[in-house]
Amino acid sequence: MRVYLTLLRRELASHFVSLTGYVIISVVLLLLGFSILDMLPKLNGDPTDTPITRIFYATVYFWMLMLLTTPIMTMRTFAQEKFTGTFETLMTTPVSDLEVVLAKFTGALIFFMVTWLPLGGYMMLLHQYTNQAATAFDYRTLLCTYLGIGLLGSVYVALGCFASALTRSQLIAAAVSYGMGITIFLLSLRSLVPIPMAGWQAKVFTYISLTEHLEDFSRGIIDTSNLVFYLSLTGMFLFLTLKVVESRRWK
Amino acid sequence: MSEPMIEVVNLTKRYAGHLAVANVSFTVGRGQIVGLLGPNGAGKSTILRILSCFLPATSGTVRVGGFDVFEQTDEVRRRIGYMPENNPLHVDMRVREYLKFRARLKGLSLAASRDRVSTVLEMCSLTEVDRRIIGQLSKGFRQRVGLADALVHEPELIILDEPTIGLDPNQLRSVRQLIKDLGRKHTILLSTHILPEVEATCSHVLILHQGRILASDATENLQRNIFQSGPAIAELTASTSTLQEFFAAQSEVETVDIVATDGDWKRVTLTGRDGHDLRPLIHQWACTQRWPLRELTHGRHTLEDVFVKITRTEKEE
Repeated sequence: MRVYLTLLRRELASHFVSLTGYVIISVVLLLLGFSILDMLPKLNGDPTDTPITRIFYATVYFWMLMLLTTPIMTMRTFAQEKFTGTFETLMTTPVSDLEVVLAKFTGALIFFMVTWLPLGGYMMLLHQYTNQAATAFDYRTLLCTYLGIGLLGSVYVALGCFASALTRSQLIAAAVSYGMGITIFLLSLRSLVPIPMAGWQAKVFTYISLTEHLEDFSRGIIDTSNLVFYLSLTGMFLFLTLKVVESRRWK
Repeated sequence: MSEPMIEVVNLTKRYAGHLAVANVSFTVGRGQIVGLLGPNGAGKSTILRILSCFLPATSGTVRVGGFDVFEQTDEVRRRIGYMPENNPLHVDMRVREYLKFRARLKGLSLAASRDRVSTVLEMCSLTEVDRRIIGQLSKGFRQRVGLADALVHEPELIILDEPTIGLDPNQLRSVRQLIKDLGRKHTILLSTHILPEVEATCSHVLILHQGRILASDATENLQRNIFQSGPAIAELTASTSTLQEFFAAQSEVETVDIVATDGDWKRVTLTGRDGHDLRPLIHQWACTQRWPLRELTHGRHTLEDVFVKITRTEKEE
């Protein structure tokens, strides 16, 4: 545990005490700002009983943020240490591979969640200006949306860590996680999957659809099947990352 | 005798399609400073990486302090301080911050890490730069940060991969002195491709070439047998033909090489038969032949000569 916390502190410092960290935060801020601009006209018309978070989720910006920022946040985790050689000094101290993987994952996830904080601010702001405040906005819906963002984010962050563990090059790490991340996303869009959809195939594709699962969260619904879905995907990528890190010592 | 610090038996490491370390065996006793000497690509770094549990061996057993490096990695890693080649550091951290981070990783408590970091900062003369960012330090300081990191948890064994590479002569001297001082309390294994380095710091030498150990002995023995018996060089005034005839007739001389320098001076390079030191004889000859003599010295062996010499003796055997 002490080793894990020491490593986590180091990871957080590498995200927050760096130029890249603040460039990412600025980009996210800009895109979130655009998303609010996008939402305002929609809220201006007829009264609606759709939660604001659901309206936000329907803008293109949500997925843009999710898909574009996570590979940049995670590309450094392993690749940079391997490139500079500090991975060797790290792994020759009495740390376990699991502690290293978990510390890098949670460090990146915490940074990821911090970049999403302005969204809460915007929602509060919108709340101030709706006349039926009680129905349109509920802080529980917002928390639920954050939970969804966190869960989906952990899938993408774990995927990014996996890509980064595969290589010494940050560029390749980012490219691999963009490729995999966007593929998983496109599989979620039924219209883009070029095979006929009926019966069990339709069921399978609905089940693995990231978009369907997240929509519930943005409505304020916590369904255990959604939780299990995201957590198992995250677990799978972390397991793969761990195996890549361990593979160094395979004979 | 207590068990050795390092025990390597029939170690082989094969990378895809190429043999990096071939059936190497050696032991390092406690308290020794051992130099692993060899040209680039001899397998030095590979051996050190296996010893520090970073890479697995293809076959063979390696024990550090009695623990197997493959089976008991935590025990081994707790006992070693390892500085890899090129001394990688987190360049965005400050010196004291970095050492504290490393001490915590190596299992020191908060209070112990604070104490030890102050101690190693002092030992490595880093106290005045403890607040500086590592990326802004000179190479010599960085090297000392790497050394400080290697010994912050008071390991039994310190492993240094090319600790003096790229240092200027002053930094070189101070780092070597530091290593020598450390040798009083710790066992040290360092790798280098510079011959004078082992002579200056190590008590024992392992000579490695193409993944094999060519020689392994105390430094003074090797110095006597291999390093010291370089050619004798003399500057004399005499005609080239006279010198050539004279030296060719001496039974102690194996090869002669004469180069004219300024004026009538000739630079004569002589190697003695069976490693014989020719310098006293040359002095005698110069006196009896009445040749003015202005310089008499012996050429140092380069690593290259040592390899040629060792491989030649191996063939003869």
